[in-house]
Amino acid sequence: MTDPVPPVIIFVVGALLVPFIKGSWKSAFLLAIPVVGFLNLISISEGTHWVVGFLDYRLVFGRVDRLSLLFGYIFHIISFIAILYSLHVKDNLQLIAGLVYAGSALGAIFAGDLLSFFVFWEMLTVSSIFLIWARRTEASLGAGYRYLLVHAAGGLCLLAGIVIHVNQTGSIEFGYLGLNGLGTYLIFFGFGLNCAWPLLHTWLTDAYPEATITGTIFLSAFTTKVAVYALARSFPGTEALIWIGAIMTGFPIFYAVIENDLRRVLAYSLINQVGFMVCGIGIGTALAINGAVCHAFNDILFKALLFMSMGAIMYRTGKINGTDLGGLYRTMPLTCVFCMVGAASISAFPLFSGFVSKSMVMDAAAGGHMRFIWFILLFASAGVFHHAGIKIPYFAFFSHDSGMRPKEAPIHMLLAMGIAAFLCIFIGSFPGFLYSLLPYPVEYVPYTAPHVVGQTQLLFFSALAFTLLLLSGIYPAEMRCINLDADWFYRKGGRLFFYVMDRTLNKINRVCEGVFVGGITGYLARISKDVVPRFILLGMVSFWVLTGSRGEVLQMKKMNVYNDFLKGTLPVGIGAGVAGLFIVLLFVLS
Amino acid sequence: MKEQNQQSTINNQQSKPYLFDNPKNVKILLRCFYCSLLVLLIIEFFLHKHPHFAWEGWPEFYAIYGFVACVVLVVVAKYILRPLVKRREDYYD
Repeated sequence: MTDPVPPVIIFVVGALLVPFIKGSWKSAFLLAIPVVGFLNLISISEGTHWVVGFLDYRLVFGRVDRLSLLFGYIFHIISFIAILYSLHVKDNLQLIAGLVYAGSALGAIFAGDLLSFFVFWEMLTVSSIFLIWARRTEASLGAGYRYLLVHAAGGLCLLAGIVIHVNQTGSIEFGYLGLNGLGTYLIFFGFGLNCAWPLLHTWLTDAYPEATITGTIFLSAFTTKVAVYALARSFPGTEALIWIGAIMTGFPIFYAVIENDLRRVLAYSLINQVGFMVCGIGIGTALAINGAVCHAFNDILFKALLFMSMGAIMYRTGKINGTDLGGLYRTMPLTCVFCMVGAASISAFPLFSGFVSKSMVMDAAAGGHMRFIWFILLFASAGVFHHAGIKIPYFAFFSHDSGMRPKEAPIHMLLAMGIAAFLCIFIGSFPGFLYSLLPYPVEYVPYTAPHVVGQTQLLFFSALAFTLLLLSGIYPAEMRCINLDADWFYRKGGRLFFYVMDRTLNKINRVCEGVFVGGITGYLARISKDVVPRFILLGMVSFWVLTGSRGEVLQMKKMNVYNDFLKGTLPVGIGAGVAGLFIVLLFVLS
Repeated sequence: MKEQNQQSTINNQQSKPYLFDNPKNVKILLRCFYCSLLVLLIIEFFLHKHPHFAWEGWPEFYAIYGFVACVVLVVVAKYILRPLVKRREDYYD
């Protein structure tokens, strides 16, 4: 067997070869990339590999430990699932962008230094944007530009942080940083933007629902999870993260309840789930970190599964709004079942994957006696079941009959969803396998009778609330509308900025034009034209008056001299005299 | 002719009764659901709890919290958040 290579290389080289492979081999080739990548990954031993000298620094492309390996495994698995799901796509742009995007994520998590990490981080942004633009609608174009601008700002912030940090410490090692000094705060903020922290989150809910059907599967897996990895690597135990995470779990669920676009509902629930991870990283104990990364692993699977089921509906019906859908269980039963497996997993039903990981974070919060945090997380657990667990399947597959009878999803989509659904149930039922891969040894036992009953009660009674609210008509009806979010500030603010700039700068421009182009320049031109004869006449007229010239004679003399100067037809002697006078004047003045 | 056949197939499909087209099935599902709620409420008294917080030991804590949380969530989202943030679909256009 050949020596392993950095995982990113397999994906990027694979992506570059995509345009050259045609016909039926293409599917096999695409699927082979994550398989070969996975075989490569398991042949890499823990430790530091592929160290390259760059200027005075050492770039590390293979820092392989239990934390990065876990993310490496799931990134390969989800790449395989997403590629399988995308096999109908003929658009090379999407395929290449998806592969480079997955490769960049792998590059970032195995990077052992901040410089190469930053390069992969930016590659993530650049490649992901094509998954949004590839939908080729006006909305996706606009959302893509906003996504790019927000991430460019975040990336610059991160770069500034890295530069300051490296300048201060002289080290580019990408390890524990902690919050100490401006540089680390900027890095923290840069990670937070990709993590979709509150108020910084709108790039996610704005852009993900506008991406292509298959692009969203890739998007849901990588950007936020790389940011979670980065926080777990550099800022574990940072108290601010506990609160940020708790707010992240709480506020999106309110939006999710009133949102009509079902993929946008999932985007909000993505923030909610990442909140659990961020909170766990903030708590920082071994149990909490294990819970956070374990939940990241599971979230990638069940969130992709939910997005895939919604994507299958979009593929078959061309619609995604709750107002347009309903009753699809009739002709898309398998998609419906897979969606419900995803819904049960994200809601943390016993025997489904969310149950074995989310509860670790909850337990860590309880173990740290964080009452308020624990209450928020519990509220979010009930809420996520409400909007992602019930709302998504209910409005898509049940609810009122939309009259649509689309065909079941294509076979490759069903297979991709089936694999994800199987993994969700497998991990939920046999958590020991995933636990053995976590960064710290696991003593946690998820399946205790009080835990199972308590969690089931929580979920069933929130389902009861949903049922009663729906039957009583209180449940908010799906509406064709948009809901304002923090992106209002830059979407409307951007226009205000443009308006203000337009009014002030253009006004200044007009005034300047009036003063300099129309005013001073013309005045100077007029003055310069006859300044010399006028100056000369000043002296000459006094001389002529003194020598007795008056009336018409004086007038004629003035006219002659003036015209001679303008036309340059002076007698040579006078011209030389004036030039001499000029030199004398210069000499005197200097 | 072929179009007619297709049309009739679609009509047949539409008239084909599906699982929840029959209100009886919906009723059965709801009854099963309510029964399972009852079982969950009762089963709790046979468990030995080891709570982190005192309130976790209170009877039916999780059931009440789950119910109240969801009602609060929906009421706040519908009556407070939606009036504040709802705009026409072409708001940004």
